[in-house]
Amino acid sequence: MAASAIAATPAVTSVPTAPAASATTAAPAITFPAVGERELRLDLFRGLALWLIFIDHLPPNILTWFTIRNYGFSDATEIFIFISGYTAAFVYGRAMQDAGFVVATARILRRVWQIYVAHVFLFTIFLAEISYVATSFENPLYTEEMGIMDFLKQPDVTIVQALILRFRPVNMDVLPLYIVLMLFLPLILWLMRWRPDLTLALSVVLYAVTWEFDLYLSAYPNGFWAFNPFAWQLLFVFGAWCALGGAKRMSRILNSPITLGLCVAYLVAAFCVTLTWYIPQLGHLMPRRIEQWMYPIDKTDLDVLRFAHFLALAALTVHYLRKDWPLLKSRWLRPLIVCGQHSLEIFCLGVFLAFAGHFVLAEVSGGPMMHAMISLCGILAMWGVAALISWYKREADKGAARKGARSNADMAGGG
Amino acid sequence: MKSVSWLRFGIAALAVSLAAAARAEDAPQTCEVPAYLLTTESPLPKVAEAVKNGRTLNILVVGSRSSAILSASDANAYPARLQASLKDKLPAVTVNLAVELQPKKTAEETAGNLVKLVEGKRPNLVIWQTGTVDAMRSIDPDEFRQAVNDGVATLQNAGADVILMNLQYSPRTETLISVPPYIDNMRVVAQQRDVPLFDRFAIMRQWNEQGDFDLFNPTHGIELAKQVHDCLGRALSKFIIDAAHIGPAQQN
Repeated sequence: MAASAIAATPAVTSVPTAPAASATTAAPAITFPAVGERELRLDLFRGLALWLIFIDHLPPNILTWFTIRNYGFSDATEIFIFISGYTAAFVYGRAMQDAGFVVATARILRRVWQIYVAHVFLFTIFLAEISYVATSFENPLYTEEMGIMDFLKQPDVTIVQALILRFRPVNMDVLPLYIVLMLFLPLILWLMRWRPDLTLALSVVLYAVTWEFDLYLSAYPNGFWAFNPFAWQLLFVFGAWCALGGAKRMSRILNSPITLGLCVAYLVAAFCVTLTWYIPQLGHLMPRRIEQWMYPIDKTDLDVLRFAHFLALAALTVHYLRKDWPLLKSRWLRPLIVCGQHSLEIFCLGVFLAFAGHFVLAEVSGGPMMHAMISLCGILAMWGVAALISWYKREADKGAARKGARSNADMAGGG
Repeated sequence: MKSVSWLRFGIAALAVSLAAAARAEDAPQTCEVPAYLLTTESPLPKVAEAVKNGRTLNILVVGSRSSAILSASDANAYPARLQASLKDKLPAVTVNLAVELQPKKTAEETAGNLVKLVEGKRPNLVIWQTGTVDAMRSIDPDEFRQAVNDGVATLQNAGADVILMNLQYSPRTETLISVPPYIDNMRVVAQQRDVPLFDRFAIMRQWNEQGDFDLFNPTHGIELAKQVHDCLGRALSKFIIDAAHIGPAQQN
């Protein structure tokens, strides 16, 4: 029975998203809590990140104003990757403790396989959409841009490159990053159980080396991975470190008024900087020297300004939003939490819905009302599917409980 | 958390109502461009001087495919429209304009050619449209920035003013081409080298949102392309006159 419960948790928790990053740090759950007790803040923020990523993948519309990237340097991707690291370390860390390195590694690899299959599935849908668009698109204004469809002329190369994760269309970068990070999770966990602080230090060193020597993974047909795993591993490892005790050891620093003051100051400063992006008239207020030092704020290599912005957000969230916050149990936050609990499925659905949204905008009409409607419908769809999966898992669990625990584990783990 | 989200909501509501108000004012004029998109702090001294003294303005446009319209005459593309518009606004000035298309060339490849392109033409102003090929080929944004920077330096050393022009707003290829890094890096170079940046991307997106043009539509014929290029040419002429501080007196 215990085994089944553990197996069930990874499926739900280890999903690739990272939205809840901010919530995560909060979790003083460092010592593994009782089985079945969920850290709802993780689910909440992961759900939130999934919604924001979906909105950010659509063309700008009214809802875009609600996404955090408009108010600071970091965006939902940071939250997603951090929470992924946190939950993965939490779930598989316990598996490693209970069942040993080999079994935990096997479970992680199974998870990697699931994510890979999900990625390939999304690529297939993408290919279908693009092929349709390519054959029906004839606008002399965009002759040059349409050249990007040339990859369709060599499906042999393109598809193989997609299978080895080198060809990734825009918006399909997060899952390959997550696959690579998860592949290294056994090593990370093994090191963490030995010397957590040293592991984190190694991660920082790798990050610094990446910046110093410009390490990257190349992509097809040319270019590089839009999320550099050598840099983004820092967030993932930091999440894992927090989950395995770091957050608890850090809590005194986190709760000191000085830290909180610094965080607020930094967030306000970042907000002021972003204001100059949207209200160009304010641009001349920015000292040139600061602009030259600060720009460009690099997303590919997880700019230090972005990382710091995320840390500040996370620290404040963890401080002010307590684990026993009554609203966490309210029905109003249910839609977010339920999405966060099935993050792999909902993430993939979000990517698909973004493709579909582009398609509808292109084929039907592109008015602002339509944009807003598509965003809203997409979010409702994500909520609906998440609720459906929850219902199904509950029913399946009931059935499995009658037949015995073993099948239950497979069912839950496979989901 | 709660207060934060209300704050965000408030800011968003404010932004939306501001945008709505701005839109209401802009609505009647077709392909109007908001003033802030045509304002720059970087001057065009060579252009100002040429207009004042020589009364001849030599302009060179260096660009990729999107500086022309396939299957339409060059007279319909934005460089020629710019020339026409400048002649209109500065009747006393002779405006010569040449176009050097560099199809399928990245910023780095074009930058290497710039000396040759400028040689002999002695332009007062070079409009360098770039970024599209680099974005399509996912060139490393750092290398792209370096290449644009070098290119602008070359042109400045050759004695020309420079205007950078960024990518087109192309909603249908948004899921395929990652545009933001290239736009950001062009802005950085423009700031560092103190040259005006003609934000073609933001301007076209504005037109799409205002409803001037439906850029999403897949099957628009040649007419849409011609109109967009005409509007781009006129916006560009305003931009140049403003950046060079050519007063109304000189416009006659």
